[in-house]
Amino acid sequence: MASALYLRRRAVNALALTLSVATMVIGLSALVWILWSLFARGFQGLNLAVFTQSTPPPGDKGGLLNAIVGSLMMAGTAILVGAPVGVRAGTYLSGFGQGSLLASVVRFINDILLSAPSIIIGIFVYEVAVVRMGHFSGWAGAFALALIAIPVVVRTTENMLSLVPVRLREAAAALGAPQWKVILAIAYRAARPGILTGILLAIARISGETAPLLFTALNNQFWGRMGTPLANLPVVIFQFAMSPYEDWQHLAWAGSLLITLGVLALNIAARIVFRKKKGE
Amino acid sequence: MEASTTTAGPLEASAERVTRGRWGDPFFRNLTRFFALLVAALLLGILISLFRGSLPAFHKFGWRFLSSQEWNPVTEVFGALPVLYGTLVTSAIAMLLGVPISFGIALFITELCPKWLRQPLGVAIELLAAIPSIIYGMWGLFVLAPLLSDHVQPWMTDHLGEWPGVGRLFQGPPLGIGVFTAGLILAIMVIPYITAVMRDVFETVPAVLKESAFALGTTTWEVVRNVVLPSTRVGVAGGIMLGLGRALGETMAVTFVIGNAHDLNLSLFMPGNTISSNLANELNEAVGPVYTSSLIALGLLLFAITFVVLALSKLLLLRLQRTEGRAS
Repeated sequence: MASALYLRRRAVNALALTLSVATMVIGLSALVWILWSLFARGFQGLNLAVFTQSTPPPGDKGGLLNAIVGSLMMAGTAILVGAPVGVRAGTYLSGFGQGSLLASVVRFINDILLSAPSIIIGIFVYEVAVVRMGHFSGWAGAFALALIAIPVVVRTTENMLSLVPVRLREAAAALGAPQWKVILAIAYRAARPGILTGILLAIARISGETAPLLFTALNNQFWGRMGTPLANLPVVIFQFAMSPYEDWQHLAWAGSLLITLGVLALNIAARIVFRKKKGE
Repeated sequence: MEASTTTAGPLEASAERVTRGRWGDPFFRNLTRFFALLVAALLLGILISLFRGSLPAFHKFGWRFLSSQEWNPVTEVFGALPVLYGTLVTSAIAMLLGVPISFGIALFITELCPKWLRQPLGVAIELLAAIPSIIYGMWGLFVLAPLLSDHVQPWMTDHLGEWPGVGRLFQGPPLGIGVFTAGLILAIMVIPYITAVMRDVFETVPAVLKESAFALGTTTWEVVRNVVLPSTRVGVAGGIMLGLGRALGETMAVTFVIGNAHDLNLSLFMPGNTISSNLANELNEAVGPVYTSSLIALGLLLFAITFVVLALSKLLLLRLQRTEGRAS
């Protein structure tokens, strides 16, 4: 009787743990499968023309150069706008506003914006920028990307600043430094690798974003400027992948590979920067 | 004389510094507060602009907008029911598959695997979140969908299609693209988010509690069921809600594989549409104020749903933090 119960408990335990291992295997194989098919097909489509020629009409040879440049232009502009805003707002949450009602509300809102569907940002910018200006533009795309980058930067900045030891701040304050000086000269310096990590992660996040660009930057077969519809990798991938032309689909895979490599590199860089800080 | 001049220098300087600090602090406080307010204003701005944009649709259709099945750009009659259904069903599939898998992974990483494996396995699962959603879409369309239509879906129709009740879900042409495929991809996409939260909350359980249970002779699974889960229930629910919020709003991966059809179908294998995929496909091509406004109204609907779900997730996680603070 007792041994039957014992056996049953052991069996249940073994079953549960086996299932747990199985889920881990499922998770890992999904990752490997996705990356493997991406690399296999992406490298097939990759050649020098991808980096030297613009997007072709169907059936023609061509590359992705205008899309790559467009993506870089928009991501760069977005982070130049988004990072300072995010760092300052994060500073308020961890420093000046600590414990205040406004800080709690903003923190709550920021966490929701962090996970909110990015297509909503696209509609918002479509309404306030594209409809007003009357045309799609690189500026609108950059604006949308900046709005997506801000919550990421706010979140990491706040986290990293609150990791700075209170003693360090107090030591500076005891020497007579006003709060702004404590933050600028002590907290920022101690948290700099962490804040940089956040900015890198924000760049990684916006480089793959497609949905908000569909209604803002749109696409451009040719070279664009920030004031005109601007070609960008994600939207080109979307359009080329959904097309019936095989050349276009190959280019879409090559573009996907480029984006993924970029995003993974940024993630690794962010980890290295952050780990260096821990090692110090 | 000489001594006093040497002391006067630093004193004056520090006095100057104090006065500088006096305007410095308010200046920096207000500067950073301004940017914090900007974040809050962003949410408000989104809500206002979505609401204003959807007014024409609400005026024309009223509450029927939510219950109508029709989506006809020619006659300008629009209803949200099919896309709302598609959004909920794909997310439900994602949760049904994604939550148990995430739970198993979190369990494996926190309780089973050797310490040196924890970090690399954790990073590997986190990488799933780093892959852009458009890559999931490409993979779903070109790799997963053909496989599903050739092998998995015919098998499911043969074996599950005859079941009473749920059988009808698995009948239909094995197209590869459709609601089922979208749900499957969403399930993979939510795994890293739910796993991360579950790992975090599982790790908050004091080792003493677990050790005492082990000392009573319980198995690992019994410790998880009777010690870890009860004390982290709120956090686990928060993690699931976070994943749900992600699944409801995911756009590109779904747009690639769902098939973009405005029909309300019981079969999971048929093409469908979610709110976000519908927006991605149609907003640029919408002509006329009613069409555009109906699409923006869909956006408002999506934002409202995800907002509630994500706020709930955040509140649950905050509650866990608070009870924990009290306990320690």
